[in-house]
Amino acid sequence: MSRAPSPVLHLEQVYKSYGETTVLRGVDLKVFQGDAVFLIGPSGGGKSTLLRCINFLEYPDAGTITALGEKLCSQNRTHFEIAPEKTLRHARARMPMVFQQFNLFSHQTVLENVMEGLITVKKIPRLEAMTLARTALDRVHMLQKQNNYPDQLSGGQKQRVAIARALAMDPPVILFDEPTSALDPELVSGVQAIIQDLSAQGLTLLVVTHDPAFVQSTAHTVCFCGDGYILESGTVNDIYGNPRNERVRKFVQSSGIQRV
Amino acid sequence: MSVFWSEAQEYFPFLLVGAKVTLELSLISMLGGMVLGFLAAIGRLSERRFIRWPLEVYVEIWRDTPLIVQLLLIYFSLPEFGIVLSGFWAGVLGLTLNLSAYLSEVYRAAIMAVDPGQRAAAISLGMSPFQEYRRLIMPQAFVACLPTQGGYFIALLKDCSLVSFISVNELLRHATIVISNTFDSMNIYLMVAVIYFCMSFASARCVGWLERTLTPERRKTVGVKPIMSELAEEDNTL
Ligand SMILES: Nc1ncnc2c1ncn2[C@@H]1O[C@H](COP(=O)(O)OP(=O)(O)OP(=O)(O)O)[C@@H](O)[C@H]1O
Ligand SMILES: [Mg+2]
Repeated sequence: MSRAPSPVLHLEQVYKSYGETTVLRGVDLKVFQGDAVFLIGPSGGGKSTLLRCINFLEYPDAGTITALGEKLCSQNRTHFEIAPEKTLRHARARMPMVFQQFNLFSHQTVLENVMEGLITVKKIPRLEAMTLARTALDRVHMLQKQNNYPDQLSGGQKQRVAIARALAMDPPVILFDEPTSALDPELVSGVQAIIQDLSAQGLTLLVVTHDPAFVQSTAHTVCFCGDGYILESGTVNDIYGNPRNERVRKFVQSSGIQRV
Repeated sequence: MSVFWSEAQEYFPFLLVGAKVTLELSLISMLGGMVLGFLAAIGRLSERRFIRWPLEVYVEIWRDTPLIVQLLLIYFSLPEFGIVLSGFWAGVLGLTLNLSAYLSEVYRAAIMAVDPGQRAAAISLGMSPFQEYRRLIMPQAFVACLPTQGGYFIALLKDCSLVSFISVNELLRHATIVISNTFDSMNIYLMVAVIYFCMSFASARCVGWLERTLTPERRKTVGVKPIMSELAEEDNTL
C-alpha cells in the first residue's frame, strides 16, 4: 500500500461537549489515502460523535480538523475557528456518511435517492446523474430495485442503497457509523462484503463497528476510542493480539477475540 | 317545496355570484396564509431568539383575538393610517394574517416531524439548508399536513361569511339582500347552506385527490396494513 505523505483526514486535539457532558477530550487521528480505519470501543465512548464532528453534522468545540486538503476548523492557542459553511458542504459531499439506521429519503425511489446528491449538490444533469446512479446501484447489487421505495426493502437492501447513495458522489472517503448494527444477522455479511470491496478498490474508509469479525476481516488500522480519546491505535494484530493499554486489553478480551 | 324551486330559479344565479366572491376570497387568502404561515414556521424554528420571539407574539395575537374583530379593525382603522383598502382586500388581508398564524403551527409541527436521520443524511451529502428544505423537508412535510391544511381551507371558506360585516358582497351578504326583498329567510338560507356544502365538499375531494397524487403508491395503505397483519398474528396466537 502506497501511502501519501499527508493524511486525507487529520484530527488534532478535537473536543466536543453536549452541555455539561464532555464527549471528546482531545482526539488525535490520522487517516491516510486508501486506509480502512476502524473505530472500536465501548458504547457511549464517543465514536458516533467523532464521526459526526468529522462530517460537521455536529460542530466540534475545539481542535483542528483537516480533511481532503481543506482546513474545516482550526485551533491556535487562543482562537477556534470553523470554516465557512460552503467549505464544510464541499467537504461533506466528498466524505459522505452511511448511517446505522440507513436514513434513506422515504419519499423517493431507490434511484431517486442515489441521484439526489448528484443533482442537488453536484449539479450533474439529470440523465448523466441517472447513469451514474445506476452504476453505483449496480456496484452494490441493487439495480433490480431501482424503482422501489425504501419501505419496500429489507434492512440489508436499504443499507446497500445508502452505500450506493454515498458511493455515487464519487467520494475519496466514506464514513460508516455502525453500518450493520441494525441488520438481521443473515444480512450482515452481504453489506460487510460490499464495504470490503470498496476498501479493496482503494476507497478510504472510516468505520465505526461493534463487530470484531468485521474489524478482523476488513480493517487496516484499528483505533480504540474510549472516554473521549483514541486510547490506542494499530493494526488488527496489535489491538487484538497485543494491546498495550489495559482498558483496550479488557475490551478486546470481553469482545471474544483474543488472537487473530 | 314548489316555492323553493321557483325561488331557487330566480335567486340562485345571484347567490352564485356571491359564492364566486367567497371562493375568490378563500383561494387568495389560503395562498397568502400558506406563504406567510410557512415563513413564520421557519422563523419560529430558528435558533435565533430575536427571530423566534416576535413570531411567537405574532401567532398568539392572531390566534387569541376573534377574526371578526380583526376584520373590523383592519377595515375601519387602517384608513386612519392612510391605508385605504376595499372591503374585499381588507377581508383578504385579515383572513390571510389570521390563517397564517394557524398554518404556521401546522407547518412547524410537520417540519419538526421530518425524520432527523433523513435530515442528517441530506446534510451529510453536502446539501445547504435551502436545498434540504426544498428537496426533503417541504416535499415530506407538505404532504404530511395536506389533510390538516384541507380542514383549514374548509374552515376558511365558511369564515368568509364574516367578511359580509365589512360590506363585501359575498355569498351570505347576497343572501341577506335577497331576503330583504323576499322575506323568505328559510328557503334562501337553505340555498346558502347547500352552496356552502357543495363548495366545502368539492374542496375536500380536491384535497383528497391532491393527497393521493402527491403520495407515492406505497403510502396509501401504510399504517393500515401493518396493523392488520399484527392483528392477524395476534389471532393466530389466540
Ligand atoms: N445530541 C446529544 N446530546 C447530548 N448528549 C449526547 C448527544 N449525542 C450523544 N450524546 C452523549 O455523548 C456520549 C457519546 O455518544 P456517542 O453516540 O458518540 O457514543 P458511541 O461511542 O457512538 O456509542 P455507541 O457505540 O453506543 O453508538 C454519550 O454519553 C451520549 O449520551
Ligand atoms: Mg454510536
